[in-house]
Amino acid sequence: MSVTGTSVTETVNAGGGLVDGLLLPWPDADGEPFWQYALRGELRVQACADCGLRRFPPRPSCPRCHSFADTWQQTSGRGRIWSFVVAHPPLLPAYAAQAPYPVAVVELDDDPAIRMVGTLTPSVRRPDAPWNAVPVSRLRIGTPVQAVYQILTPGVAVPRWALTSP
Amino acid sequence: MGEAMLKDRTAIVGIGQTRFAKSLDEPEKTLACRAVLAALDDAGIDPSEVDALASYTMEETDEVELAKSIGAGDITFFSRTGFGGGGSCATVAHLAMAVATGQASVGVAWRSRKRGSGVRPWTNTGVQLPTPAQWTRPFGLLRPADEIAMLARRYMHEYGATRDHLFNVALACRNRANQNPAAVMYERPLTREMYMDARWISEPLCLYDNCLETDGALACVVVGAERARDCRQRPVYVHSVAQGLPAQHHGMVNYWNDDPLTGPAWTAARQLWKTADLGPQDVDTAQIYDAFTPLIPLSLEGYGFCGRGEGAAYTEGGALELGGRLPINTAGGGLSEGYVHGFNLINEGVRQLRGSSTSQVPDAATCLVTAGEGVPTSALLLRN
Repeated sequence: MSVTGTSVTETVNAGGGLVDGLLLPWPDADGEPFWQYALRGELRVQACADCGLRRFPPRPSCPRCHSFADTWQQTSGRGRIWSFVVAHPPLLPAYAAQAPYPVAVVELDDDPAIRMVGTLTPSVRRPDAPWNAVPVSRLRIGTPVQAVYQILTPGVAVPRWALTSP
Repeated sequence: MGEAMLKDRTAIVGIGQTRFAKSLDEPEKTLACRAVLAALDDAGIDPSEVDALASYTMEETDEVELAKSIGAGDITFFSRTGFGGGGSCATVAHLAMAVATGQASVGVAWRSRKRGSGVRPWTNTGVQLPTPAQWTRPFGLLRPADEIAMLARRYMHEYGATRDHLFNVALACRNRANQNPAAVMYERPLTREMYMDARWISEPLCLYDNCLETDGALACVVVGAERARDCRQRPVYVHSVAQGLPAQHHGMVNYWNDDPLTGPAWTAARQLWKTADLGPQDVDTAQIYDAFTPLIPLSLEGYGFCGRGEGAAYTEGGALELGGRLPINTAGGGLSEGYVHGFNLINEGVRQLRGSSTSQVPDAATCLVTAGEGVPTSALLLRN
């Protein structure tokens, strides 16, 4: 695993399991850099160091040129809602406490072939807003959003999506 | 290539099942044994002749326990296909390949589940998440219903599909269950009002867009075509089989595929029809995996019953009902007969071709059976 221009040495404090009833990521070797950059507030995606193809989710080798050399490219963090659901119980207790809450799949402006899942927040200034803080009536496919980072527990930041339309 | 083909070289000659219910007292292993022994009895084959076993992951009854309980002989072939409900039809496919190539002579496939009275897999936080789930679960996408609802909303957006189309699916399955005394939803009709007023699970999916949670077990027996002619029941031939794991697939969240609305069904279908003498136009009835209603229009497109984006409209005018263009899930399916990880669809396909379904399609001679769409999947084309 090579990370151009940075060195990823510390291990993300997320071996799976729950914190405050929420599921934590369980990074593997390929995914670990993503979570490290998220802790710094950067939405980066893996790209082939040889042919430049971006790939998500991360994996050991490039599906196009089969190179094992990779780099992590910063994105603007801007995107548009590709689809969304509104989750109602039955859910795990910590999720049920915030239900109904919307979850979106967002396609990145920088590379629409890369889509990311995330909960929504009304504003980039409210990364920790409750998961149900955005009224569903404000959501449409195509709605513009911006990545923000919610610290679930020390060492674990999970990107979510802030509405950027007025 | 012709001689190497599986086409009609093996047949399903026995089916068996337990009762289906929200809760059964017996453990899964006991239910599995009951279903397997019933299937062998149906075929008129002694358990000591069984030499091949096939199941799929998320099965708790292992091959060793099953074989010694039923009194099987030496087992010379066993397989277990990955990805849960996508493996149901692969069990029969693997047995057909084993029998056709001489690796075994009597194969048994089975599924035993206690999903009605047991825990839902996604609630079991004591089990470590598989690493692909790091891209979905911590981001708030918790359950299979959420994962499929995401595709459903996009599908509705792109093609103008509506909740009425999903209701058409739920109703067709319920109507068939209402005719099937073995179904969990026997004598429990569904109305459009009930559907539209039902509580949400994951918008745009409501309660009736989700399969049942059921306890029960099923099994079937596969032998070579020659042997099949001497069995107790009319043979149901395995005409073609296929598995499908599409390029750039990521499990049930196919969101990173170039085209997320074309799932594993498309891959399996291309292989299935390539090795068949028949096409979608020749299918008399289909048993289509229905863990969630949107899987039906997506599968109708994938298996070629209609064009891309036409799956929702296909459900109109009673097309999926008995007497319609393509009667589906004629025992009630996962939505209304019982959700036994798709295996009940295989047994119903066999009953249709024997002429013994409770919702018999007149003179049914061909039946498509599919496994879980969304996950790496499998399919069977059966004929009599």
